Amino acid sequence: MTPTRKRRLSIIGLIVLGVGAATAIAITALQENMMFFISPSDVHAQTLPADRHFRLGGLVTEGSVSRDSSSLMVSFKVTDGAYEVPVTFTGILPDLFREGQGVIAHGHMSEDGVFHAREVLARHDETYMSPEVARALEKAGQPHQVSMPTTQ
Amino acid sequence: MIAEFGQISLILALVLAALLATLPLYGAYRNNQALMRLAPSLVIGHFVFAACAFGSLTILFLRHDFTVANVAINSNLLLPWYYRLSAVWGSHEGSLLLWILMLSGWMLAVSIFSRALPKPYVTRVLSVMGMISIGFLLFTLLTSNPFDRILPGPPDGQDLNPLLQDPGMIFHPPLLYMGYVGFSVAFGFAIAGLLGGRVERDWVRWSRPWTLMAWAFLTGGITLGSWWAYYELGWGGWWFWDPVENASFIPWLLGTALIHSQAVTEKRGAFPAWTILLAIAAFSTSLLGTFLVRSGVLTSVHAFANDPERGMFILAFMALVTGAALLLYAIRAPRIMTGKAFGFISRETSLLLNNVFFTVSAGMVLLGTLYPLLIDFMGWGQISVGPPYFGAMFVLLMTPVVLLMPLGPFSRWGRDELRRVFSPLVLSLIGAIVGGLAIAALLGAWNVRAMTGWIGGLWLILGALSYFFRQGQTRRFRLPRHQIGMILAHAGAGVFVIGVGMMESMTVERDVRFEPGQSLEVAGYQFELHEIAEVKGPNWIADEARFTVSRNDREITQMNPQKRRYHRSGQIMTQVALRPGVFHDLYVAMGEPLQDGSGAWSIRVHINPFVRWIWGGAALLMLGGIFSATDRRYWRTQKSEAQEPVAGSGEVPA
Repeated sequence: MTPTRKRRLSIIGLIVLGVGAATAIAITALQENMMFFISPSDVHAQTLPADRHFRLGGLVTEGSVSRDSSSLMVSFKVTDGAYEVPVTFTGILPDLFREGQGVIAHGHMSEDGVFHAREVLARHDETYMSPEVARALEKAGQPHQVSMPTTQ
Repeated sequence: MIAEFGQISLILALVLAALLATLPLYGAYRNNQALMRLAPSLVIGHFVFAACAFGSLTILFLRHDFTVANVAINSNLLLPWYYRLSAVWGSHEGSLLLWILMLSGWMLAVSIFSRALPKPYVTRVLSVMGMISIGFLLFTLLTSNPFDRILPGPPDGQDLNPLLQDPGMIFHPPLLYMGYVGFSVAFGFAIAGLLGGRVERDWVRWSRPWTLMAWAFLTGGITLGSWWAYYELGWGGWWFWDPVENASFIPWLLGTALIHSQAVTEKRGAFPAWTILLAIAAFSTSLLGTFLVRSGVLTSVHAFANDPERGMFILAFMALVTGAALLLYAIRAPRIMTGKAFGFISRETSLLLNNVFFTVSAGMVLLGTLYPLLIDFMGWGQISVGPPYFGAMFVLLMTPVVLLMPLGPFSRWGRDELRRVFSPLVLSLIGAIVGGLAIAALLGAWNVRAMTGWIGGLWLILGALSYFFRQGQTRRFRLPRHQIGMILAHAGAGVFVIGVGMMESMTVERDVRFEPGQSLEVAGYQFELHEIAEVKGPNWIADEARFTVSRNDREITQMNPQKRRYHRSGQIMTQVALRPGVFHDLYVAMGEPLQDGSGAWSIRVHINPFVRWIWGGAALLMLGGIFSATDRRYWRTQKSEAQEPVAGSGEVPA
């Protein structure tokens, strides 16, 4: 091999090595930080590992929101029409959090069947519903009607 | 009448775009002067009609014409005039119109500023951009017409999403789109080069200022978006790795790689094929970004529209554009020139490393963004990828970039020695380590993130400064603009790194229950809530918390965060109270009233250290891009392209 070729080969080798390592690390990091979406029906159907984080989605059950009087703890129930899951959360709820509206909570299931949320998300837009939640409702036989403005 | 006028203008723009994409291109192929001469006039006409369409929609919004569906949905009688103006691009349809206006504007700029370039070449560039315009005009006319009527019109409209009723939102989309669409120029230049069958250093030189300009706009747009999210979403963060944020970040990363690889290709003729691929990729990911935002396929806090048909159209269009570009590339690849060989330690290598890291970062963000889609498509479940993935990967990939960045400008083209490159930087390195540790100690920031942030940031700033002084000595401080731009941008990256390091480690965050009369101490600041009052705005009513903030018993400021309720839509919005500062921001947001009769609210109080440095650094990056783009070198040398001397003195930076 000529010196030029040797050098080129080493550069290419380094690049391949680097990209390979980066990909391997990326995929490991991806696996670790993946959060599965679950609906209340899923929670009922199986026991979920307590050490993994999930995204629980559904509608906030009407009349289920209650606040602790001395702290910022809130508890409410998330439903998909078929089943309900109790959720607790400490902190400030998003502006569009409302009873009867779609919501997604990040957190984990505890042994007593309560979902402990680290983060609660509602959407930006009144009429918008997360496709995940919409599909979960549909599966449970409760398709969600969004009142969309008529354009024609 | 105005709506119909706008509609017809849009159709005429489409006709002109179709003519532009065919006739002059054929003329360039046949070397027919008459046909080629059509191109500039078509471009002007195209711009005029696009502007007419955009102007019509603006007038419709200003005049409250609720018989137009788009106006009826996104505006109402109470909306102030400036938000009616920004509502033009606040809606999906209007934002597409803005995209088209930007594209026609870029085309006009190309035809004006590139008169000195060979005619067949400019003609091909304009034709390629005309083709892109056809795609977007068809998309607008077929799936999202901004001029659709509803008859009879409602007496009053609905509302512009309150989140968009904000000064930051007036400028964020236009800047971002200037960037997105600006990459179409680099794309056009690359494709025109391929079509001509000759890929030479010429076209890379010509496309450099355009790419730099687009990149600068994109930087500005992303920065404004981040700033907007900071004070408007009320979460106190500056970046959330949200799919829509990622969608704008991927083209930025590729664009950053592109402006550096263009430097090598222009100066040394090295890796030209790679530069072409990057130009194609940067624009394709801009299209992908549009697809992700507009189709609603991803779960995102930004997802406004949710229309699969629109998504499919853009996806098909993107596939067509990218596929055709790559096919052309594959056919022409053998004819692409090859550059000079270079040593292992050289300017070329340092820029190559830049490209590797930025491209891999872009791929990594793309993977994290699209992986949930893939998993869902395969029926393996619905997942999402959390911010820790992006955070971890970014620290990993950007650390070498930060370490190597100051070395790049000091290295010579062709071949160099590590000792020679490094010796002028020894002082900077020592200064960065000692200074970084000292400042971290002074601020009480004894943690890894803050310390590495300071050391890395100072290393970048001092490295850029020492390059400035070395160049200044040899050139008596009359540096060409592209060098000033590079120094500004690299120093800006340092400022940014410091901001991120501090923000990610030293933020104080409290969510507390607050009653009127109560006070709270956070990091030496005394926050006292006097009352919750009701205030009225033009189209909203709000609860306002009145805080007095004092430090060491001296009153510093009043802070009045609000919880607004918009009349028309009934939507609730948090209005954050901010006291910005160079070293830290005070940040107060209202949560919700606690129904226990005490009048208490949940309140979020943040002390955000050095958060302004994040945007300040980004602003320096943008400024650097603009400085470089306006260098006379790119514009002056266009005429005497034939006898281009090799600039290999080592004085010419990336």
